[in-house]
Formats: sequence, structure tokens, C-alpha cells
Amino acid sequence: MSVKKDDHEPIRTDALLEKKSSRRTFLKGLSIGAAAGSAALTAGCIGSVEAATPEELKLRWQEFFKKNYRLMSQEEKDGTVARLERLAKMRDNIDLQMGSYPPLDGVLYGYAFNITRCEGFMECVTACVKENNLDRKTNTQYIRIFEMEPGKLDPSTGDGRYYHEVPVENKFYMGTQCFHCEKAPCTKACPTRATWKEPDGIVVVDYDWCIGCRYCQAACPYYGRRFNWGKPEIPRDEITVRQHYLGNRIRPKGKMEKCTFCIQRTRKGRLPACVEACPTGARVFGNLLDPESEIRYVLKHKKVFRMKEELGTDPKFWYFID
Amino acid sequence: MRPLHERNLRTFLADVIRWNLIGSLGFQLFRIILLGVMGLGIYAYSFQARYGLSVTGMNDIVSWGFYISNFTFLVGVAAAAVMLILPAYVFHDPNFHRVVIIGEGVAVGALVMCLTFIMVDLGGPLQAWHLIPGIGIFNFPSSILAWDVLVLNGYLLLNALVPAYILYSHYKGRPADERKYRPFVFLSIFWAFSIHMVTAFLYQGLPARPFWNNPLMGPRFLASAFAAGPALITLILAVIHYSTTYKIDRSVFNKLRLIIVISAIINLLMLFSEVFKEFYFPTHHSSSAVYLFFGMDGRTSLVPWIWTSVCVNLLATLVLAFNPGKSNPKVLLPACLFLFVAIWMEKGIGLIVPGLIPSPLGEVVDYLPTWVELSVTLGIFALGITIVTWLIRAALIIEQDYSSV
Repeated sequence: MSVKKDDHEPIRTDALLEKKSSRRTFLKGLSIGAAAGSAALTAGCIGSVEAATPEELKLRWQEFFKKNYRLMSQEEKDGTVARLERLAKMRDNIDLQMGSYPPLDGVLYGYAFNITRCEGFMECVTACVKENNLDRKTNTQYIRIFEMEPGKLDPSTGDGRYYHEVPVENKFYMGTQCFHCEKAPCTKACPTRATWKEPDGIVVVDYDWCIGCRYCQAACPYYGRRFNWGKPEIPRDEITVRQHYLGNRIRPKGKMEKCTFCIQRTRKGRLPACVEACPTGARVFGNLLDPESEIRYVLKHKKVFRMKEELGTDPKFWYFID
Repeated sequence: MRPLHERNLRTFLADVIRWNLIGSLGFQLFRIILLGVMGLGIYAYSFQARYGLSVTGMNDIVSWGFYISNFTFLVGVAAAAVMLILPAYVFHDPNFHRVVIIGEGVAVGALVMCLTFIMVDLGGPLQAWHLIPGIGIFNFPSSILAWDVLVLNGYLLLNALVPAYILYSHYKGRPADERKYRPFVFLSIFWAFSIHMVTAFLYQGLPARPFWNNPLMGPRFLASAFAAGPALITLILAVIHYSTTYKIDRSVFNKLRLIIVISAIINLLMLFSEVFKEFYFPTHHSSSAVYLFFGMDGRTSLVPWIWTSVCVNLLATLVLAFNPGKSNPKVLLPACLFLFVAIWMEKGIGLIVPGLIPSPLGEVVDYLPTWVELSVTLGIFALGITIVTWLIRAALIIEQDYSSV
């Protein structure tokens, strides 16, 4: 992957994205496309293969033919992690610390959201974007915050694009993200079993096994999944280098991704980035199997409810009111 | 014509290719245009291969667009071949026997287009091998998409191999042994219904999308397919009838008209039933239908589209039903064309896109395909038309000149 390519790419895709269909813009698009195409050819962008060293080619070859994550032995998992780290070093000179650590024993993660406390600051969104290496170009966000009218409890009635000083008098705020359903419609839909529920309850995607058909996205009733329509772009100095194979590693283009409860943090006993960032303490995360945990306290002592309960998806994400 | 003793599988293939390379100037021009359009499709796809699906109009809310719309519609066209197979083999209608092979050719072309549309819609087409059982993982029977892969490829095989066997037998100057292919013909009849039902279940099985999560989806798919498919086959038969020496009996057209009219009326009835359910007492599950028919939050890109489709559909059905020109082909053939286009509009974009709008969190966006999507789609249509003309040309030459039975 040459540096040159990265210089050209955003400009051209931007130009192409603007092109909607009418005959005039079609012809205009065609001419821009033709110019871009010939520029790409002369710039030698297609030759990223020939620019690669034999070692890189070998690694890419091995990466292409690797198995689904769930079928890998620990040795194979270590192998692919090492290859991905090496490739990142060779291509972008970044020292990743990638892991593939398994779920902790006796842990089932759950999440609760206090709609009384949330004031819509969106610190959680910023922290999530940073922690999970989300694409900055298309502004991918796992978390959505909706500004709600009193008396409503369905985020689809709220405003998810508010841009003003918060909190606003007589409004409240509701956050959504992947709810890590126990009976997840997305994992059932996937034709290649590239997405599944881990033993600790986290619904994950094997980015390299996903074929990008987007059936899971259509199946999700919570808008919990995001697709990499192009190659994600993250400023070099903002890349989170502590990564997990199933978590925040930088996704290839054309693959599905989603909230993983910050698997790279939570499996090491830390809190998800959104919970840590929340200035009002509206977010509660913990082990549902631990009777002493805060999440269990909330479920026991607060009035909780879940979104679209009627669909029977059994989300592990509760809303509650103080 | 090759002497009988020289004919074998190798000369069969060579002859099929040869027949399709020679032809009149007009025919050559037609092929070159198709080739050019396919080239345009490949050129447009090269952008998608390089920059990903970001060069399409799709986004996280409208995550399926023009490709999947056309795929869905063409499954119906493929399934419609059964409307020729059924009378020919089950009711032993001799006139249909002469045209059944053309229906099968159309089915093969439609299926190849379906599979190509799926391939171009994938974010990781190079990973498509992950679907192949053995080397990949096939999420069967849980994923309806896995079922769809299975039934579409199976139907393609059935519709390619049975006619190939019959044509090859005729090419060799002997009648095809009906005992050998009859079981497969009956299998393909059931299979035709299954490709349609399974594709409908793909959408119908998603409680996340109330617009699709509707038990009428499968039956309505069938009804619209059995109207649009035979309408297309009527047009193709008319082209063959007028431009070649292979004459089609008038009774075939009359019977096809009957099939189209009945299916189109059932389709409209079900459409009416759906519209009634959505609008008599609208709930929040009706918002997709509201968006489709009336627009929402000032976004109305599909409103003219769907009303055009419904009106044209209604008019064409009326013309075909009441037959005002007394079976004048100058009236009926345009009606078939309009019906086909109306169903394409409604069952393609009109079904897929509003199912995704508004998003599960209530956000409304408009979707417009980009020039990349339009060009790739045109390229795939050109590919399908090329395949259909190749198959039909070979079939007609064999049936006319070689078949001694």
C-alpha cells in the first residue's frame, strides 16, 4: 500500500459520492470517473501488489486463506494476530498490540442506561469513536443519543441529530447502541456465521470472515450495525494501538462492524470507553452473573425497561429511571 | 449442417459458438452494443472494487439499494419459466412444447443476472468462497440467505441441464428420452416456486422491518412474477415470431395472455389488501408505506415512482383483461411491456428501499443510485440479454434444422 494512494483516494471518492443520477450528472460523473481512472492507472495505484515485498505478499496470502476465528486453535489465533501486527508495521509503521484473549470465566456482560441522568453531552460518543478506531471520514458512530420529548420512550420519536447546547429544559436523552441481544436476529441471518454471540454475551463480528452482504444490518431492529462502505480513515496519531481481533482493530473495507462492549478493555477487567467517559454517571456496566455488581443492583432496585421488548430479542441493555 | 456421424459434444459446443458469431449486420451491431454496455459495467465496477461500496448511493440506513432490488425482481422472471413448463409437461400442450425451451433460456439468463447482482452487492466479493460448504461455512438452515444461495444455484442447474440434454439429443438426430428428464422437469416446477418463496422469506423473516414482515409477501411475489415473467416471455416470443422463421402459434399468445391477466389481477388484489392494512388504521408499523406512497419529513423521492408504477400496472392489466384491440398485437404487446416495467418498478426499488426507510430509530433519508450503480446494473442486464440470445439462437437452430423428430 503506497503512501501515494492514500494521498489521492479521499479526493476521488468524494467526487464520486456527489454523483447522483441524472443524465447530465451521469455524463459528468463518467468524465470525472474516466479522468480518475486514468489517473489511478498512471499513478500506479493498482500496482500496490507489485510494490509489496515478498514477505508482505506471503503474509497477505496466509491472511486470505485463514479460517473463521471460531475454528482457529489458539496457535492459529496467535499466528493471525502476529501477521496483522507485522502487516501494520510494514505498511504504516505502526506498532500494534493486538490480542485475541478469550472470555473471562463466569462473566456475562450487561449494560444499563439511566435516562434521568443523561444530559446529552455525547462524551460517550467521542470516547467510543476514539477507542474503537471508527472511520472519521464518514463519521461512523456506534452510539446514538436522541433528544426526547417528555412522555415518549421510543428513540424513533426523538431527535438524533441535535446540535445545540445541552441539556435543554424539559427534554431528556436516550442513548442507543448494539444491545447484544441474547436471541440476536443478526447472528441468525448471517450466511457464513461471521457474527456470533461469545460466551460472555458479547455479539462480535469476524471482520475477515464477513463477506459484506449486509443481511445482518437489515435484520437488526436497533440499528446496531455499521458497514465499512469505504476504507476507514483514522489520523495516524489518533489510532488506538491496543486492539483485540474481535474488537477495535481497524476494519477492512466492505465489512460489517459494531459495538463490542469494548471487548479489548472489558475482557481485561476494565470498563467500556463510553462508561468511563460519561460525566453524569448515566451508564452502568457489569457482570450479570455477579450478585454484588452494580448492574445487578440496578436491575433489582430500579424500574427498568428494554427497547422493542415485543420482538423477543432479549437485549442485555436496560433503560432505567432514578 | 454437419453430417450425423461427425456430431459429438465437442462439435455441439463449437457449433453453438459458431452460430452465435455469425449473423446479419443488424444482429452483429446488437451484439456489439451489448458488449459495449457490459464494458461500461465492468469499468464502473472497477471503481467499486477500488473504493468499496462508498461509490454507491447506499448508506447504513438504506443498506440495500438498486442491486438487491433488481436481484429480487429477476428471481421472479426466472421463476416464471414454470408457466411454460407446467402446460407443456403437465397438461401436454403441444404448442407450449415448442416454446418451453425459450422460457428455460430466459430463466437461465435471469438467474445469471441474479447471481451477478448478489456478487456486485457484496462488500467482500473475494471472500465469497466463505459460503462454499467444505472450504467455508454455510449457515444452513439458520440463515435464509444460505437457503437462497442453494435454491438459486439449484434452479440454474436444472434449467440449464435439462434443455441442454434435450437439445443435444436433437442435435444428435435422436429424440430425447423423456423418462430420463421428466423427473427433473417436475423437480424444476417445485423448485421454481421455492426460489420465489425463499427469496420472499429473506425479507418476510425480518421482524426488524415491519414493511417486509408480512405473510402476504411470498404469495404476492409469486403473483407478480407470474404476471411479469410471462409478459417478458410474450415479448421475446413476439420478437422471435416476427424476426425469424420459427413461428409461434397464436394459441400460445392467447394462453399466455390469460396467465398474465389472472396473475396481474391477483397481484393487484393483494396490493390493495396491503394498502388497506397500512392505511385504514395506520400504526408506527405503517411508516414505511407512508414514506413510499406519500413521503415523510419532506422526503418524497419514491412517491412519483410508486404512483407511476401503480397507475401503469392498473392500465396495462385493464388493457390485457378487456383486450380492446381484439387481440391486436399492436395493443397487447405494448401492454405487456408496460406491465413488465410497472412490476419492475414496484417489486424492485418500490419494495426494497422503503423497507429500510425509516431506519429502526426513525430516521428518514432518500436513496438515489449513483452512476456506478446504474452502469453496473446496465452491464448486468446486457450480460443477461447476451446469454438469453445465445441460448435461444442455438436452441432455435437445433430445433428447426437438426431435429428430425
